[in-house]
Amino acid sequence: MAKLMYRDAIRNTIFQEMQRDERVVVLGEDVVGGMGTAGGPEAIGGIWSTSTGLYDAFGPDRVIDTPISESAIMGAAGGLALAGKRPVAEIMFADFIGVCMDQLWNQIAKFRYMFGGKSICPAVIRMPCGAGYNAAAQHSQMISQFVTNMPGIKVAMPATPADACGLLRQAIRDDDPVVFLEHKFLYAMSGDVPDDPDFCIPFGHARLARAGEDVTIVASGMMVGYAETAADDLAQSGIGCDVIDLRTTSPLDEEAILDSVEVTGRLVIVDEAPPRCSLATDISALVANKAFASLKAPIEMVTPPHTPVPFARELEGAYLPSPVKVAAAVRKTLEYR
Amino acid sequence: MQLNREALTRAYRQMKLIREFEERLHEEIQTGEIAGFTHLYCGQEAVAVGVCEHLTERDKIVSTHRGHGHCLAKGCDVNGMMKEIWGSQDGLCNGKAGSMHIADVDKGMLGANGIVGAGAPIAVGAALSNKIDGPDEDGKLAIAIAFSGDGACNQGTTFEAMNLAVVTKAPCIFVFENNHYSEHTGVDYAVGTVNDIASRAEAFGMKVWRANGVDFFSVYDCMREVLDYVRVPGNGPAAVEFDTERFFGHFEGDPQRYRGEGELDRLRAERDCTKIFRASVTGAALLDDADLDKIDADVLQAIEDAVTASRAAPRPRPENVLDNVYISY
Repeated sequence: MAKLMYRDAIRNTIFQEMQRDERVVVLGEDVVGGMGTAGGPEAIGGIWSTSTGLYDAFGPDRVIDTPISESAIMGAAGGLALAGKRPVAEIMFADFIGVCMDQLWNQIAKFRYMFGGKSICPAVIRMPCGAGYNAAAQHSQMISQFVTNMPGIKVAMPATPADACGLLRQAIRDDDPVVFLEHKFLYAMSGDVPDDPDFCIPFGHARLARAGEDVTIVASGMMVGYAETAADDLAQSGIGCDVIDLRTTSPLDEEAILDSVEVTGRLVIVDEAPPRCSLATDISALVANKAFASLKAPIEMVTPPHTPVPFARELEGAYLPSPVKVAAAVRKTLEYR
Repeated sequence: MQLNREALTRAYRQMKLIREFEERLHEEIQTGEIAGFTHLYCGQEAVAVGVCEHLTERDKIVSTHRGHGHCLAKGCDVNGMMKEIWGSQDGLCNGKAGSMHIADVDKGMLGANGIVGAGAPIAVGAALSNKIDGPDEDGKLAIAIAFSGDGACNQGTTFEAMNLAVVTKAPCIFVFENNHYSEHTGVDYAVGTVNDIASRAEAFGMKVWRANGVDFFSVYDCMREVLDYVRVPGNGPAAVEFDTERFFGHFEGDPQRYRGEGELDRLRAERDCTKIFRASVTGAALLDDADLDKIDADVLQAIEDAVTASRAAPRPRPENVLDNVYISY
């Protein structure tokens, strides 16, 4: 085990996979940083410090610093993957998915199925996402709802440095395209990461982050930490919560959710995406359909309101879920008669 | 450029195969037997064949919604393609693609594409892959080709792809087939650089070529120069604009009310690449009419066989809808 920050776990995993497999290539805006400048290359090493040193180690053919052209980045990742490479593309902010949606949704996601299963498209699309930095409406969004909805795309949402490592390695080695939703606010989070250079976390298997028998809390990404904090607070009052970290939203570990709800009968879903047509609503439908008889109370969803992400600290704070809001939802579901 | 008899025969056969494939589809679609949307390549055969006759399987191409010609020229199996358009389980993509998304990645054909302009970025990625793999023993790079029309040249994806290819020196060739119509709109209206696409590529810093797209020899000779340039490591991309013609509508069923009076008859009489080829090679006594007539007959038989095979081919079963997905809900 090594103590690593979430961002370093990501950078190290890419580095190790590039060493292991020469088909792995990195591309994106400023992934080298400073190309064509007096101070560059490698003046920046990626604005999230998730590609530092890659250019020095692997050179310009495998670490491709691109112009600001998200459609070209996404499309090139698809072309590289069809041609036998394992691209790891960075879309600097997940919000920019709007610029390149076609190349992800109509192209990368569909190649394998559309071509009758006769080719694979092993592209990893890293998308730093989420709120918390007062970056306002176009640099703060959670986009899990869009990509989870796309047949053909796998979606990983690591909540810890260890998961960032194990899920990313799995993503790079996976034959299907993976959208890797790194939460920007977790980059500085520190945690133990296994040293094993083959440490992979299989997709579709949730992690039980806290165990308890009274209420099930389902969360992903940064919301997992909020759920854990809430669960720890509630434990002081004798309330026990299962906290299920989904790890991947597609494939979804339905069994973990249903098994827990069958014990607790009470469900709170914490989701950073807007409230309609989201993971929260999807999991609510799943549980209502498959564990209806187990439910002792209405399902609670803790989500932002149906607004763009606001700028001011007070407003962003009001917008985001929080441990307090999660705990309130848990108490509400327990108070239902 | 003098081609030998075998190469000439092959080139004519390929053009004719595409022509008859499309002419037959035009007939069959009207009976309602074929489902979906189909965009025919008739008239542009000299481009696909003049380009692809230079390529190897290591070279990649990315096609368009009007993709049958590129597929056949790149070596996709004619029966597999016909069965795919028929929606058979035995089709090249097991009936999942249809006309608009046919691919044969093993042959370097990375897909037709239902989205106008979507192919160019994908081609740049394939070109970057070839750049990473490096030159062969003769010092030449495998390349990738983005086929685009005068419609796709107005998409931002095409601009982004051209710039990315230039700055990364990707061995990519942007082949613009200017057939003068983007769907139902004339090139003089829709392309601001009036009837000139190559100048756009030039503005991105690329070397460009222009050639007559209804003359196989014009296309073929031009592409030799383009490929000689792009296969050299470090040279980066290039673009070429071929002036060509579309003999059918944008899609099958298009009433083509935008055509001028007698336009299609004139194009068929004066701008038919198969007739122009025939006149060239018989005029120069390279092949005679009997040689070419035999190819015509062989091709018609091959198409007849493909249609017969497609009608008899197994249909997908409902459960096949779930093939090739990693999970289903």
